[in-house]
Amino acid sequence: MFSLILRRLVQSILVMLSVSVISFSLFNFVGDPVNNMVGQDATREDRERIRQELGLDDPVLTQYGRFIGNAVQGDFGLSYRIKRPVDQLIAERLPATLELVFVSAIIALVLGISAGVYTGIQRNSWMSRTVLSASLIGVSLPTFIIGIALIYLFAVHLRWLPSSGRGGTIDFGWWKTSLLTLDGWRSIILPALTLSLFQTTIILRLVRAEMLEVMQADFIKFARARGLTERAINFGHALKNTLVPVITIIGINVGGLIAFSVITETVFQWPGTGLMFIQAVDFVDVPIMAAYLCFVALVFVIVNLVVDLLYFVIDPRIRLGGS
Amino acid sequence: MKQRWLMAAAAAAMLASTPALAENVLRWTSQGDALTLDPMSQNEGPTNSMNGQIYETLVTRDAGMKLQPELAVSWTSAPDGWTFKLREGVTYHDGSAFTAEDVAFSIVRAQSPSSDFKEQVKNITSVEIIDDYTVKLMTDGPNPILPNQLTSTYILDKGWAEKHNVVVPQDFKAKEETYAVRNANGTGPFKVVSRAPDELTVLERNTAWWGDKLFPGNIDRIEYRPIGNAATRVAALLSGEVDFVLDPPLQDLKRIEASDGLKVITVAQIRSIFFGMDQGSDELRTSDVKGKNPFKDVRVREAFNLAIDKSAIQRVVMEGLSFPTAMITPPGVLGNTPENDPPFGFDVAKSKALLAEAGYPNGFTVRLDCPNNRYNNDEKICQAAVAMLAKVGVKVNLEAIPKAQHFPKIQKRSTDFYMLGWGVPTLDSHYVFSYLLAKEGSWNATGYDNARVNEITEAIATETDIEKRTAMIDEAWTLIQADKPYVPIHHQVIAWGLSDKLDVPIGADDALRPRFAVMK
Repeated sequence: MFSLILRRLVQSILVMLSVSVISFSLFNFVGDPVNNMVGQDATREDRERIRQELGLDDPVLTQYGRFIGNAVQGDFGLSYRIKRPVDQLIAERLPATLELVFVSAIIALVLGISAGVYTGIQRNSWMSRTVLSASLIGVSLPTFIIGIALIYLFAVHLRWLPSSGRGGTIDFGWWKTSLLTLDGWRSIILPALTLSLFQTTIILRLVRAEMLEVMQADFIKFARARGLTERAINFGHALKNTLVPVITIIGINVGGLIAFSVITETVFQWPGTGLMFIQAVDFVDVPIMAAYLCFVALVFVIVNLVVDLLYFVIDPRIRLGGS
Repeated sequence: MKQRWLMAAAAAAMLASTPALAENVLRWTSQGDALTLDPMSQNEGPTNSMNGQIYETLVTRDAGMKLQPELAVSWTSAPDGWTFKLREGVTYHDGSAFTAEDVAFSIVRAQSPSSDFKEQVKNITSVEIIDDYTVKLMTDGPNPILPNQLTSTYILDKGWAEKHNVVVPQDFKAKEETYAVRNANGTGPFKVVSRAPDELTVLERNTAWWGDKLFPGNIDRIEYRPIGNAATRVAALLSGEVDFVLDPPLQDLKRIEASDGLKVITVAQIRSIFFGMDQGSDELRTSDVKGKNPFKDVRVREAFNLAIDKSAIQRVVMEGLSFPTAMITPPGVLGNTPENDPPFGFDVAKSKALLAEAGYPNGFTVRLDCPNNRYNNDEKICQAAVAMLAKVGVKVNLEAIPKAQHFPKIQKRSTDFYMLGWGVPTLDSHYVFSYLLAKEGSWNATGYDNARVNEITEAIATETDIEKRTAMIDEAWTLIQADKPYVPIHHQVIAWGLSDKLDVPIGADDALRPRFAVMK
């Protein structure tokens, strides 16, 4: 187990290095940051000088070497756009993203698993059919359309919830939370729902498919024969045996939620890392883009590691085979 | 007696609590937040607009774009510079007094290499402090428009800047954030209460402001939250969460207007949209014409002007919100007179004839470079132009890309045919000539080079005889209108969406002026 973690850590460093190389070579195509950093009346000499100071004219490899050199010393530079240290900015914005992802993951899990189990067992009821057809919306509509639709329904039309932002935050040292106030919860509902919809659908369909398969298995028949209650069979035996693939998918998706909360955060002006990244792309804020992409790679690596470790806990076959 | 005291006390208590009860909060939004609170770091619209509520300049502009005294009460010119009489009794938000020292300090700060406002103060050679409330800004020759150039040079407290180690704006090489990025100490009508960039900035009325009783505004508190997504921004206005949207998308204006309790106000902006044609290069990079440059022929340039139906662009693309034009600078800028601003033409037959005359009866191909995230409907305007030019036989390949990739092409002069918009903060033709029309102009990618226009550009920088100067400006425009280096499209219109309860003047510079804002 220890060697597994070690192997994974070495792999993760390689993954992050390759992500940073690829992202760095892409930055050259995003545009010229200097144009955004000075006003229209700045002289050509001034623009040249800034370009030189930032080393933007150096070959990509030189720029990359400089970035890695500074990064290993914990220095990610200053944002071109808001002129503040990048590591500080990411640390400041991360709580918003993590809370959003946490809430939407909970929504996706609760809705997805319970609807999945239900539609797996009662597969011919009209309720199951309705749920399944409704879940198609979750996979087929793009996030920003769902987001805007929810805003117009709940904020403009009904006026129950705020349209954007992260109202009612409370500070815990550097962690700013919105989960402790009513206002904060009101603000997080719409973006979390929007972000969770796709995941909910995936989990629902996966759990349903697994349930359908497991319910045919011999051990379920034996359980029935033993006279166990429906409840014990469905949740104690059937659901438990569907969990390995479900956890894999959820794990990968939580990484995806953190990385791809970009669109949801943009629609709802949710002040997290995703919004920051989009604004950085608009501005060609290279320090933020570079640090953010490495950070996302790190998140994926960690999430995958955690998922692998969870297999040990859930599936005794892997545990026994491993030792 | 005792009873009377009680009543008086009760009345006093009521009076004291009234402002809190009736606090007028202005909640507003726009696409992009200010990038920094350092008023000299970044010369960019939203940043200047935010800092203009906290900091003040010597001379400012009202919503009608007229020069108005702010920290200076009067100014007079001499051949070697301008003397400014300063306002007395002004204090910064931290309580320290405003004096001539601060003016001298701020001008030097604006001239430092890391400042983005160097161009506005580059003619100033030194600042002479005559007494605590009089300064003379010495210039390297006569400068007729110095007060116009100073309308964005904000004044900082020297003592505060020294104490917090921000005597110069933050350098791009810097490793640490400077104090002035998130902290401010101005003399202006509003003080910073809290600032979370891209999230929420709260300002509060500065009751010690010199103009507190002189201006009609009754706003006690400003809450600004940027919303990047246009649909969400409009939703926030429709749902009543904000009272004012600075930049609603044009296609949503009708909907805002139709909503109860909301209105739209508009004004002509000091920004013109036009296409530039590279007439300087010997061969175009993206054309099928080899060995020569069709844009060198004024007939081709005129044909392009005649081929584009500017009224149709106004009607179909801009929802009526633009002023079609044949001049690249709008009314309000010195030099835009009815004579210099001829009616624009649209004549497909004549355009074709001119192209044939120039030797291109079947047209030619060229690429149009266009931004897609900078001006109102920029990409759609270009698409319309492509279709219109196709009708005279010119095959235009459109490349619409983000501004961060588009503008470097213009600066490097590596584009054949491009869209550009130009605003004129000084409201003077010199700003147009020196950047867009002079041979060395840093935004002149047309390669336009008219000796007389170059000469006039230099001459009017120092000519103080207003009549002579205006005559020269007119002469230059006559030459430019004949040479047609650009294809003017229209002047932009600014539209604001706001609550019926809010009264605020809209200015051609798109800046919110909360000192005039009245909440009913």
